[in-house]
Amino acid sequence: MASLIGFYSLVFGAITSLIIIFFSVKNFKSAEKLNVKIVPLTFLQFIFVLISFLGLIVSFINSDFSNETVFNHSHSTKPLFYKISGTWGNHEGSLLLWLLVLTSFIFIFILKSIRQPVQYRILTLLFQQIIIIGFFIFSLKTSSPFNYIYPIPDEGLGLNPILQDPALAIHPPILYLGYVGTSIIFSSSLSALTVNYISKEWAKHIKEWVLTSWVFLTLGILLGSIWAYYELGWGGFWFWDPVENVSLMPWFALTTLIHCILVLEKRSQLTSWVVILSIATFTLSMSGTFLVRSGVLNSVHTFANDPERGLFILVFLFSLIFLSLFIFIFFHKKEMDFNNSFSLISKETSILINNWFMMYFLSVVLIGTVYPIFLDVISSEKISIGPPFYHKLIIPFLIPFLLAMAIGPKLKWIKSGLPDKLYLIVFFILSVLLSIFIVKKLEIEFLINSVLISVVFYLFFITLRDFFIKKSSSFSQNITHFGFSLFLLSIIFNNLFTSEIITNLKVGDTFKSEKFKIYFENLDQKKEKNFQSIVGKFVVENLNGEKEVMMPELRIYNQPNMVTSEAFIKTNFFSDKFMTMNLVQNQEYLNIRYQIKPLMIWIWISILMITTGGLISLLRKNEN
Amino acid sequence: MKIRFFPIILTLIFIIIFLLFYGGLKKSNIYVPTFNINKKIPNFKAKLFEKAEELNSSEIFKDDQIYLMNIWASWCVPCRDEHVFLDELSKEESLNLVGINYKDDFKRASFFLKELGNPYDIILLDVDGIIAIEWGAYGVPESYLIKNKMIIKKIIGPLNKNLVNEIKKKIQ
Repeated sequence: MASLIGFYSLVFGAITSLIIIFFSVKNFKSAEKLNVKIVPLTFLQFIFVLISFLGLIVSFINSDFSNETVFNHSHSTKPLFYKISGTWGNHEGSLLLWLLVLTSFIFIFILKSIRQPVQYRILTLLFQQIIIIGFFIFSLKTSSPFNYIYPIPDEGLGLNPILQDPALAIHPPILYLGYVGTSIIFSSSLSALTVNYISKEWAKHIKEWVLTSWVFLTLGILLGSIWAYYELGWGGFWFWDPVENVSLMPWFALTTLIHCILVLEKRSQLTSWVVILSIATFTLSMSGTFLVRSGVLNSVHTFANDPERGLFILVFLFSLIFLSLFIFIFFHKKEMDFNNSFSLISKETSILINNWFMMYFLSVVLIGTVYPIFLDVISSEKISIGPPFYHKLIIPFLIPFLLAMAIGPKLKWIKSGLPDKLYLIVFFILSVLLSIFIVKKLEIEFLINSVLISVVFYLFFITLRDFFIKKSSSFSQNITHFGFSLFLLSIIFNNLFTSEIITNLKVGDTFKSEKFKIYFENLDQKKEKNFQSIVGKFVVENLNGEKEVMMPELRIYNQPNMVTSEAFIKTNFFSDKFMTMNLVQNQEYLNIRYQIKPLMIWIWISILMITTGGLISLLRKNEN
Repeated sequence: MKIRFFPIILTLIFIIIFLLFYGGLKKSNIYVPTFNINKKIPNFKAKLFEKAEELNSSEIFKDDQIYLMNIWASWCVPCRDEHVFLDELSKEESLNLVGINYKDDFKRASFFLKELGNPYDIILLDVDGIIAIEWGAYGVPESYLIKNKMIIKKIIGPLNKNLVNEIKKKIQ
């Protein structure tokens, strides 16, 4: 029943889309019609999709296995929380979530843009409805979440156990808020371009959406990363997996866009940058969807794939790309940049420099992600591109990037000297000395490490100083930049100081190394609702004789039948102690991986700081 | 004229990207190499698993006989899964099963066969993995159907019910 309501509601939502397009074209210039007819219709559309979405949730909660999506992705013994999160833990349901966010965002946009020109608003709505209708067709035609199966199965197939996790339950919705937010930026910039409204006012108004998308995207990536850290069980948090990259690319574009929007707002410059980046963020998000859903690449994230779906997104994606390309070519005039003169030493120049670096990082990730696919198509050769590729190409360029990041915000708009140079130099010398000291002490490769650590420290000290000195207007920027330096510091030290032990142990065995002893005390079994758990008890004793108990876990899920390994992590401000155990086929011993990872928590904290900066800027804007 | 040049290039680039993605979409993710099907088997020498005796490939594979050569190892988990299918195929009288024990420890391999049974008519040792390379193998497990010294089918990955039926059809 709930499925049936959901299905018809979805169809009605699609029809409303057509009606909205019809009315918007007909009343292109009328503000009155917009408020009387179109706004309520947009709300209605949102309600339809909401009902449809709730319908699917109810089907999941009731374990209504006559619904194909529920049958494929749920099971009656699953805890309620995961029944609900299972709604978007699959291709069909997550598309419905996309639609829900799409329709709610355009409704909010129309309400909040009340002071903007009417034509601009209607055109944005039109572009957005083109996207929305594309998703409606996609959902209804190739991946309906409400397919009926008969005879009704007694039991569902269950949700992939590695997805049964709190961080992963909220990871997709948060990420989608970010992705879909970029669609508003996309429509809005195309519309502003068409009606010649790329201006300071527009920048001020769209900045809110840019920041919102950015905050959600950053949080979404963070959640995914945390999940990978404790669930995939080898202690890393970023794998340069194609699907992770796919979320990182719009993030690069969006971060660059934030900076360009600032320049546009203050100086009416960089209009081409702003428009191209607005288009790029959304098309990159869509490409991500294409790569994940089409089966072109395989990774932990791949949903059940179907070539028809891939083809649909591909054609849809490229229609949007070509549409925006033509709008850009026909409507963009070079004269839009009123004042193209850049002084060499000014805030906007440093932003521009960093834009190019960001574009470089983006290209590296883009090439690393799609090159294997292209190569496979052209020459049937299969290669995989791993961390060394990214590290080699990104790390050296971080150095000038960080320098510009440290000094840029100190410069003034238009033209500036370097006032108050002394502390900049003092900090620089201090950072160099500190890093040389650390590098010498560690006996690691000298040149690249000491230069890199110097610039990171430099950014760290300068942003740290600003907390005590600068007036609050740049507080949000400062906290983000500080967070970024902290983030890099934590990653660097985490990499340098991580120690790891991999060994095979039986109950009663003791493993001894120079630094610690690991004693495998016992193995315990527990029965949970939808899985059976095996908990190992290990005592780790370090050189000082301090003992710590670690209890990693193995879970044997009943539906689908699968073994997952749950890491046991002890966190404090200095380091994480991380232990996983894994079954070795047909052997009585277990494979143990024990790691000490310094500053792990600071990686998460620093990303939260980065996000907080965006959030503060957003809230402050609302106050004004 | 110069101004219009840039958009055309850009459009072309995107069209090419589109075509590449389209190609990627059409391409199945299951890899079926065709180049060494219907090719003659390579010449090689190999030690026997149970006896310290070296054989030439021409002594192992004879004309007018059908062989299934299976690359396996005791450390390979999917090999365990396909073992039932090998057992099933070993009952076919017209089919000779040749095992290639790939980069394995002799003790563990023997234990593996003791535990699960030995379906092979003959087992060859490939301690350093060179024979596998000569055959152009991708990994373990992998199986080759050989008739008249020609490879007529190559199976990458473990055998399954469908593949077993297909093999049975081919040897009749």
